[in-house]
Amino acid sequence: MDIFLQQLVNGLTLGSIYALVALGYTMVYGIMELINFAHGDVVMVGAMVALTVLQALTGWGVPSGVALAVAVAVAMAVCMALGLAIERVAYRPLRRAPKLAPLITAIGLSIVLQQLAALIWGRSYLSFPSVLPTASMSWHGVIITAIQGLIIVLATLLMAILLLLVKRTALGRAMRATAQNPAVAQLMGVNTDRIIAFTFVIGSALAAVAGVMVAAYYNVGNYTMGFMLGLKAFTAAVLGGIGNLPGAMLGGLLLGVVEALGAGYIGDLTGGFFGSNYKDVFAFLVLIGVLIFHPNGLLGSRAREKV
Amino acid sequence: MAYWAAAPVKRYDVKMRPRFIRWGAAALVLALPFVTHVVLGQGWVRILDFALLYVLLALGLNIVVGYAGLLDLGYVAFFAVGAYCYALFASPQFDLHWPLWALLPMGALLAACFGVLLGTPTLGLRGDYLAIVTLGFGEIIRIFLNNLNAPVNITNGPQGVSLIDPLHVGPWFLEKTYHLGGIEVPLVINVYFLFLLAVVLAVHLSHRLENSRIGRAWAAIREDELAAASMGLNTRNLKLLAFAMGATFGGVSGGLFAGFQGFVSPESFTLQESVMILCMVVLGGMGNIAGVVLGAVLLSVLPEALRGLGGLQEFLFGRIWVDPSNLRLLVFGIALVLMMLMRPEGLLPASARQRELHESK
Repeated sequence: MDIFLQQLVNGLTLGSIYALVALGYTMVYGIMELINFAHGDVVMVGAMVALTVLQALTGWGVPSGVALAVAVAVAMAVCMALGLAIERVAYRPLRRAPKLAPLITAIGLSIVLQQLAALIWGRSYLSFPSVLPTASMSWHGVIITAIQGLIIVLATLLMAILLLLVKRTALGRAMRATAQNPAVAQLMGVNTDRIIAFTFVIGSALAAVAGVMVAAYYNVGNYTMGFMLGLKAFTAAVLGGIGNLPGAMLGGLLLGVVEALGAGYIGDLTGGFFGSNYKDVFAFLVLIGVLIFHPNGLLGSRAREKV
Repeated sequence: MAYWAAAPVKRYDVKMRPRFIRWGAAALVLALPFVTHVVLGQGWVRILDFALLYVLLALGLNIVVGYAGLLDLGYVAFFAVGAYCYALFASPQFDLHWPLWALLPMGALLAACFGVLLGTPTLGLRGDYLAIVTLGFGEIIRIFLNNLNAPVNITNGPQGVSLIDPLHVGPWFLEKTYHLGGIEVPLVINVYFLFLLAVVLAVHLSHRLENSRIGRAWAAIREDELAAASMGLNTRNLKLLAFAMGATFGGVSGGLFAGFQGFVSPESFTLQESVMILCMVVLGGMGNIAGVVLGAVLLSVLPEALRGLGGLQEFLFGRIWVDPSNLRLLVFGIALVLMMLMRPEGLLPASARQRELHESK
């Protein structure tokens, strides 16, 4: 039981990071029906920028709390600019192009971002400076570290803010209108180009925070870290029903928990035949299973096919 | 313009294309490895061999994506199945040494079975959901290949299978160097002609498929699945057929790859590889055989040609400023974006698709 609860906590931590990244995928998909392949690399850029700033600031003797806040802020600003640039360069010119064309430019941009990062930061792993409290609390044998607590709380807060923004503000209403029908939204006076750009900016800001979280959780950053994370997050978005915000959150948390529990139990369940190196298989099998029985994801609305 | 007014003109053009251009192209393709061997050396002939292999893969994926309109992001899984099928049955791993003519069809069949296995549960899914499931499928296959060395060693895990039997077709041993009237014909050129044969067959097959009853049915499903179904097409079987057909091409090229390399490991079958093959299809022009061939050749030769960037830097600035291996991929990524921005419908789009685009404007 202890293992179960411990893995549940680990899974929830990982899952809230997945959820933050998945939100970026799902928002863009909801509005443009486009898989933003470069999103994972935006997460990577966020992590690397934050690491650099942190290393510099702690080197100058800035208190760790301030350094962390500044690092996150700088990472968010850089990623927001990056998201805006990506939309402008790779997606806006192709708005009327065949559907797969933006997919290819996204792949191209993903390669560009990774290689630029490799040129700037090198191929080695950067380590995360020890600015976070190492305290942990134990409850019935389950250990929750401060980092885990911080990640879960911060992610929950950000998601709540995002939901409020989308559901309660005029901007959010414009976003929902654009997602529902861009042409009609435009007729109603919504500047859809601006809304789309804004969607990229919000998604990238969340990605930056998620990048810092991953780097802090695993203590490392590398120019390839965005790829697998992006893949998992996209899987999470699809799992929850792509285009659906609460779906992305649920999908992210679920994927994290499934992965952690899978890694913890797969050896016992199969009598040692499969080891924890099959945990990625587990995540994808869950995805395929859900899609077979509920083709639009867990919370996705059943899209009617138009005749 | 209405679609029927444009179609006959196109047909006429194809028929009247001067014969000498065709013969000239054929002569060029046949002479290319010899010229390359003399001018640029063995390494570049090897790159041409791989370009042909990619053409085969791209043609296979084109059946799934270009003809039937099913976005497949895990295509490399079939390549892996074919490669491991060859590797396991023609290497010291199990001490089996089956011949090529038995292993290629076997690999193709096995890949087709995997295609159906992937297709069956995913048929009900819409475009992008299908993409992510195929992506997951590709990853699952790779993870299994990576880990099936314990408790029973089947794939030899991350180390991969090595010492695979070299390719030979009957009395034609490809690893030998032959001499044809004073011209040296080493392994890489032998392989070139074997792969070329496979590509020619694949092009012919694709061409026949495209204009067949099945090909037209796929086009109907691609354009509007609901309408196709209500016209009485069995969309389930047709989609499965597209998956199986595409997978067959992947299986064959996997076998050829394993025999040529003499070594396979899970690292050759990552998602990046699937994505690259998809880029070849889309960039070249989905659904058009000439476009797909062009895209595959271009995208497989370009990264190799960009290896020269290191030497260029030394030549221009006297020293290496930027790590050439990073720069190579960076330029490749930028080229991918720019080419797509300039010609979103692909370099050589299918004529039907181009008509659609210009009509809707």
